[in-house]
Amino acid sequence: MTICTWGAGLIALLPLLMIVGHLIVNGIGQITPTFLTAVPAPPGVRGGGVANGIVGSALLVVIALTIAVPIGIGAGLYLAEHRITRFARLVRLLADVLGGLPSIVMGIVAWELIVRPAGHFSAWAGGVALGLLVVPLVTRATEEMVRLVPPSLAEAALALGFSQWRTALSIVLRTAMPGVITAIFVALARVAGETAPLLFTAFGNPFWSVDPTRPIAALPLQIYTYAQSPYEEWRGQAWAGALLLLLLVAGIGLASRGVLHARARLFATMRGTKATDG
Amino acid sequence: MMVTAVTAAAIVLGACAGDHAGAGNRNSSGPRNGVTDSGGTGNVMTSTRVDITGAGATFPYPLYARWFNEYAQYANTRINYQSIGSGAGIRQVVARTVDFGATDVPMTDAELAAAGMRILHIPTVVGAVAITYNLPGLTRPLNLSADVIADIFLGKLTRWNDDRLVALNPRVTLPASDILVVHRADGSGTSYIFSDYLTTVSPAWAAGPGRGKEVPWPVGLGGKGNEGVAGQVKQMPGAIGYLEVVYARQNRLPVAHIRNQAGRFVSPMPFEIATAATSVLDRLVSNSRAATDLRVSLVDAPGAQSYPIASFTWMLVAPDAIGAVKSQQLGAFLRWALLENGDIASTLGYVPLPTEAAARVVDQAEALLSPPAAHP
Amino acid sequence: MPSRTADRIYQATITICAAAIPAVLALLAIVLFAGAWPTLSSAIGPLLTQSTWDVPQHRFGAAPLIVGTLVSSAFALAIAAPLGIGVALLATEIAPRALREPLAFLVNLLAAIPSVVYGLWGIFVLVPLLRRSIMPWSMAHLGWMPGFSGPAYGPSLLAAALILAIMVLPYIASVSRDVILAVPRAQREAALALGATRWEMIRDAVLPAARTGLFGGIILGLGRALGETMAVTMVIGNRHTIPDSLFAPAYTMAAMLANEFAEASDPLHLSALMAVALLLLTVTLLVNLLARLLVARVAREDTATDGLPMPPGVAP
Repeated sequence: MTICTWGAGLIALLPLLMIVGHLIVNGIGQITPTFLTAVPAPPGVRGGGVANGIVGSALLVVIALTIAVPIGIGAGLYLAEHRITRFARLVRLLADVLGGLPSIVMGIVAWELIVRPAGHFSAWAGGVALGLLVVPLVTRATEEMVRLVPPSLAEAALALGFSQWRTALSIVLRTAMPGVITAIFVALARVAGETAPLLFTAFGNPFWSVDPTRPIAALPLQIYTYAQSPYEEWRGQAWAGALLLLLLVAGIGLASRGVLHARARLFATMRGTKATDG
Repeated sequence: MMVTAVTAAAIVLGACAGDHAGAGNRNSSGPRNGVTDSGGTGNVMTSTRVDITGAGATFPYPLYARWFNEYAQYANTRINYQSIGSGAGIRQVVARTVDFGATDVPMTDAELAAAGMRILHIPTVVGAVAITYNLPGLTRPLNLSADVIADIFLGKLTRWNDDRLVALNPRVTLPASDILVVHRADGSGTSYIFSDYLTTVSPAWAAGPGRGKEVPWPVGLGGKGNEGVAGQVKQMPGAIGYLEVVYARQNRLPVAHIRNQAGRFVSPMPFEIATAATSVLDRLVSNSRAATDLRVSLVDAPGAQSYPIASFTWMLVAPDAIGAVKSQQLGAFLRWALLENGDIASTLGYVPLPTEAAARVVDQAEALLSPPAAHP
Repeated sequence: MPSRTADRIYQATITICAAAIPAVLALLAIVLFAGAWPTLSSAIGPLLTQSTWDVPQHRFGAAPLIVGTLVSSAFALAIAAPLGIGVALLATEIAPRALREPLAFLVNLLAAIPSVVYGLWGIFVLVPLLRRSIMPWSMAHLGWMPGFSGPAYGPSLLAAALILAIMVLPYIASVSRDVILAVPRAQREAALALGATRWEMIRDAVLPAARTGLFGGIILGLGRALGETMAVTMVIGNRHTIPDSLFAPAYTMAAMLANEFAEASDPLHLSALMAVALLLLTVTLLVNLLARLLVARVAREDTATDGLPMPPGVAP
């Protein structure tokens, strides 16, 4: 039986090794200065790159997080404060349930509510769809982090005459911040790689564009288009784009890990317990 | 050049969707009559950049991508074209989420009426649907006949070494493997042209799946766009699929020679495609129909040299919906593309509209696209 | 008192933020329901039971999509559930302590890989592998069994199921690890005190106690698999027919929406797509709800950011 679990472990890690391996082998040679700085070339024409997709993805991420982070932190504070009211329980449950929403559904709704009335595809529509997708994630993570803050801290602040809101924001939230930042990193990674909601919101764009009211390129959309295309140049660039995306996500993972260790040490000193990582 | 003179009127005026229907929701976005400051009237080189978004057919995408890319360097107009299928082109232009659509399936009168606005069909180029396949050992192009193509796509003919295929291809050895059919997964003008051909030449097909942008394919798997079909066929030994000929050419995929009405096996080369177009237009003229409507099918064209699966492809523009500035810019683009840069189409493997026809198309398009839009 | 006012504003603000979550869900439901209404009111029976998807004829039968969605997810779970629980046991009970943390981290990395990257890998690595070796071999040796018949296209139900299995594995493993860790120490010690071996302890004390939570983890994985879009549409073959074989191309609700939503110009077509989207939303939300209720029963303390560094989802 022990052998069985080791087998499971190896089988589980095999795809990871294969995917990462193939991405590096097929993608690394394609990541050239041109690839990182040029806009796409027409199909069948050599050269071109995904610079506009990188910038477009960055803009989409900024829009999404601008929506998701304030709402998520606010809702998280609410849930942590009103732990057991009926409304809080409902919101918590719905947030958990919404966490598993198929992202394409959000794209369809964004098309109906933003693209159709506005009369054109836009970065706004894509960013809003992505932002709403990760609100539940930021909410629940914030709540859990705020709950970890010892109540004595808030009590002390209130006793010293701090108002409620200042206690919540500058004492409690600040203490929980490393954990919240970790959650924001996770949300960022998820948003950066989402493709389905962008198909009919951000739409893609072969040119440079940073105008949020216009269609915009995004790295995952380019990977999708290039991977399904018959053109050798584009297929190569699909691998390179995917490697780039993975490096970004892994980088975010490592960064959040660093933040997390800081948090673990912080709480360990606050509680006088031994630090254990989640 | 009798033909081209007559086809000159070859522009379809979107039916003025029932006046009462259209009048209510005419959208007056954009300047009322083109009088804008800073060189906005009649001058192509506007001082501010114009961004135009289009979407639709994948059939002309290799050409449009090249045209729009070069045009952006020539004029101060950037045209963002996404190839997402003809069905999507029609849908997005009617929903007014793009500035122009592109399709290889002309909109029907009913669709035009339902759209509630003027939509122009502007033919841009002639293309052909090629049958491509992945048979690594084959030394000569595959010969196919209409009934064999229909039966392969109906799922009745399933092995490459079937007697009927062997009879058509006596000088090659066909493998004893399954035929893997690839069709389109999206609403596609290429599918329309191909199923239009099959419906025309095969009673079994006409009684079965029929013609349409998306038909219930009896066998095979679906690729997204011409790109997806080309990608799948390229990946899959034993595969057969249909796509715009330029995709086959760009990706060095083999194309089948198809037996035409005259009984000759012809390949989708520019001359054979042009011949198909000309012969159909000639017939239009000889039937003395006023050829003001180029929403015609070019499949199964008569003539010894005609390639049997050819088609026009159209741009769909609703000038009243997008306003004067963008309409004029599109008119200017058409002049640049059809009159001065048809050679880009030729080098890729499309067939440009004949010179005289192109000139008339551009003149008419510019007239219709410049404000104030005449509306009865 | 300004600070009292400020406190009220603060309370109002966080309440509005919290209310945003039910509001988003309501918005999703209303938009899809309104869009789907023509189909719901007149063609819901054919949508759920018919197999023909013929847009020009206005025949919208989504049965192949429903079957494809359920079957691909079921196969994925059949592969991922035992693997996920095995990995969780390895990372909690079996492996040397120094390896447990890195192991969990690596498996969680699978959840961080974007869907479109899985699809790319599927197109260029997994599908050719299936077509060239696995499918021909299976057809030669297992062809007598139903479900293993050709032809070997490559893009298929099997390809989608395998990709989905890899994708939901980290979710199942992460939740399983949590619930196993939550089994009280006393229970393990009691088993060991009675002379049980480590395996007997796991079999008799740990797994029964964690059973509900493990099931919850599997259901959570199911919720993910049902709604997965990009990777599936890239490898499943996009064929609107009820598949008769694991090797046949198939289709799922999400993949069809990705392909067709941008182009439905016909009002009835659009309405049918909205109905499919509503069905997908309803099913995935119900499955997620069930998973939450199952996992919530497990006492959890301070595993707020479970599965970090990259929590696969919101902390359950």
